[in-house]
Amino acid sequence: MYRITYKKSLNPTVTMLDIEAPLVARKAKPGQFIILRVDEDGERIPLTIAGYDREAGTVRIIFQIVGATTEKLNRKEVGDSIQDFVGPLGTATELDGLKKVCIVGGGVGCAIALPIAEALHEMGCEVTSVIGFRSKDLLILEDEFSAASDRLFVMTDDGSYARQGNVCVPLNEMFAAGERFEKVITIGPLVMMKFVVEATRPTGIPCIVSMNPIMIDGTGMCGGCRLTVGGKTKFACVDGPDFDGYEVDFDSAMERGTMFRDFERHAHEETCNLFKKSV
Amino acid sequence: MPNMSPKKNAMPSQAPEVRAHNFDEVALGYDEATALDEAARCLNCKNMPCVTGCPVNIHIPEFISKIKECDFEGAYQVINRSSSLPAVCGRVCPQETQCEAKCVRGIKGEPVGIGRLERFVADWHNAHTDGVADIPETNGHKVAVVGSGPSGLTCAGDLAKKGYSVTVYEALHTAGGVLVYGIPEFRLPKAIVKKEVDNLKAMGVTIETNVVIGKTLTVDELFEMGFEAVFIGSGAGLPSFMNIPGESLKGVYSANEYLTRSNLMKAYLDNPVTPISKGGRVAVVGGGNVAMDAARTALRLGAEKVYIVYRRSMEELPARREEVEHAIEEGVEFMLLGSPVEILGYRNPDDKRDPKNGTVIGMKCIKMELGEPDERGRRSPIPVEGSEFTLDVDTVVMSIGTSPNPLIKSTTEGLETNKRGGIIVEESTGATTKMGVYAGGDAVTGAATVISAMGAGKVAAKAIDEYLSK
Ligand SMILES: Cc1cc2nc3c(=O)[nH]c(=O)nc-3n(C[C@H](O)[C@H](O)[C@H](O)COP(=O)(O)OP(=O)(O)OC[C@H]3O[C@@H](n4cnc5c(N)ncnc54)[C@H](O)[C@@H]3O)c2cc1C
Ligand code: FES
Repeated sequence: MYRITYKKSLNPTVTMLDIEAPLVARKAKPGQFIILRVDEDGERIPLTIAGYDREAGTVRIIFQIVGATTEKLNRKEVGDSIQDFVGPLGTATELDGLKKVCIVGGGVGCAIALPIAEALHEMGCEVTSVIGFRSKDLLILEDEFSAASDRLFVMTDDGSYARQGNVCVPLNEMFAAGERFEKVITIGPLVMMKFVVEATRPTGIPCIVSMNPIMIDGTGMCGGCRLTVGGKTKFACVDGPDFDGYEVDFDSAMERGTMFRDFERHAHEETCNLFKKSV
Repeated sequence: MPNMSPKKNAMPSQAPEVRAHNFDEVALGYDEATALDEAARCLNCKNMPCVTGCPVNIHIPEFISKIKECDFEGAYQVINRSSSLPAVCGRVCPQETQCEAKCVRGIKGEPVGIGRLERFVADWHNAHTDGVADIPETNGHKVAVVGSGPSGLTCAGDLAKKGYSVTVYEALHTAGGVLVYGIPEFRLPKAIVKKEVDNLKAMGVTIETNVVIGKTLTVDELFEMGFEAVFIGSGAGLPSFMNIPGESLKGVYSANEYLTRSNLMKAYLDNPVTPISKGGRVAVVGGGNVAMDAARTALRLGAEKVYIVYRRSMEELPARREEVEHAIEEGVEFMLLGSPVEILGYRNPDDKRDPKNGTVIGMKCIKMELGEPDERGRRSPIPVEGSEFTLDVDTVVMSIGTSPNPLIKSTTEGLETNKRGGIIVEESTGATTKMGVYAGGDAVTGAATVISAMGAGKVAAKAIDEYLSK
């Protein structure tokens, strides 16, 4: 069992937890993920590592409450334990030697982008961050990004906070002004990443995307996490989650992402009803 | 006097029309009277051909003689000398190509039902003993085992019996490997696997789930932690796909994913947390045990029609004979000499956001004919031009094999693999190219059988004992 040592609600639908998992904390690197089960007979879900404290032996996760499992996870409090927690899985984001990078995060994807920004910042790399949210009440981690970036652009789709527009707006402006980076690293909803890739493509700057498809084992056994990258089948859990954005087939990834949508919606409602009944 | 009936005693089973809709075990097992009657068919041949057919050389005539004497525990002890998982192997071994293929009674009739007798003996033992093994005196040596499939469990058990302090590291949340996530409940009840795992724990073996070797810990770190030898039994690895158009459509699974969702993640229970497509029309591509298990699982999940699509003929079908017969009885339709060329997906021309977009609506196949035998004697299938046809299905399960997982090799310096990615070992010991590291099972051979994995675990345990006793 893995104990929760810290909990904070970042906005009404996004929660941050620190979980005691010393073996995972010892090895974790930005860009890697874990798989957890909340309770016996629960579903296995992948979550990207949002931070770690090697000394305290804790790993930080940030998740959006989207389905039955994340709903159950959100009901856990400090001192409670979760059943299973395995990792760190996947390959770490390659950051070695980078001097000037643009990080583009969208929604809860910002939680995954932050440790990358922090690691780069610590290395002395010049970090430009662009973070976008649907609206003001969904904004997370602004201060943290501000501390880890040389330049920060905050965007909201509806203009309820900071500047209105999507993350491509400042990106395009920078590119138009002749600004160049060694790498653009983007993490967020698939559609957003697709647009960031398209915005970056004309510049020829390498564009890395972090994919989060359906997963079960996370070790390469089931093939459920497969993606088409450069015309080849790749397994996100072993070959990724980072891929060359120019090579990823986003359309089929988006379709696969909806494979179990009806089931999940139903299961989420059931879980919510269950909680309503028990209180 | 031997029983000269040319036929094996039939295996009592659930009726096909009933069992096709439940996940309870299909074969119910012999009772004592049937076991005695079947045992009496054994001629106790002097040269024991059956023993040479058994990958771990169980003393078959000897255990059957014990059955004849009604000494069932004695029979179990005979098997136990060579095999640590008789309740499992009695159920899942391909006896028709191993021990029973060599049985003299098979020349003029059916061979002795050796597998059925093995299962009887193992079930009798489990029902009549408390199963708690003696805790052996410790010898102070520490060994780590990677993977808790049949090879890992066997290696751990044999070493624990000799007094080693053994820790098994398993990536998943439950121990048992393919026995829990692959082979379905109706063929191998999970309670049997759990009992084997509990036995190991009772002998003092520690099982650490949720540890991926190569990620959470590396093999070298295991040595730093004080383990003096490591056994790798990490299994067959990544599922292969055909690389035909449409494989990323919604409704296409690898057999591993499909079976894992149903078995390990319990989608087969009434109140599942794990989604899986249920009902509908299903095509399973492949002809091995894995394909049979996927097809029969699909039936039990409520499919109205299930096809097996296999590119050779019934004769070459590699699955256990009994599973093929069961599948046919339950209503699985075999499309032999056929191979998929494309999986067809739905696309609404007027609505790009239609949730049905990208779901499977059929599978285009081509007919095959068998050419000349290749150097291994297998006749290779050749597509018949212009013979394409389309199967009306909404779920496709790919069950065409696996390729080794590079995770452990790529993080362990000095561990060599062959062209196909299997770990290179010395056959008589399981020793790899890295000092103190042993390996066995599917990780070495590619997808094979439970009994050969178990045998490899035994060989390695013996070699590790010799290595550490020096
Ligand atoms: C659906 C199906 C049906 C089958 N039917 C039959 C049958 O009827 N008869 C028969 O004889 N054989 C059958 N087989 C084959 C048989 O199950 C295998 O040959 C056998 O299980 C191999 O045993 P193993 O110990 O090598 O590996 P596995 O059983 O594959 O176990 C490997 C274990 O290692 C774990 N692991 C992998 N990598 C790591 C890592 N890096 N760190 C920690 N743990 C790790 C895995 O999670 C797994 O639990 C079937 C296989 C399948 C998939
Ligand atoms: S999650 Fe199963 S192979 Fe990647």
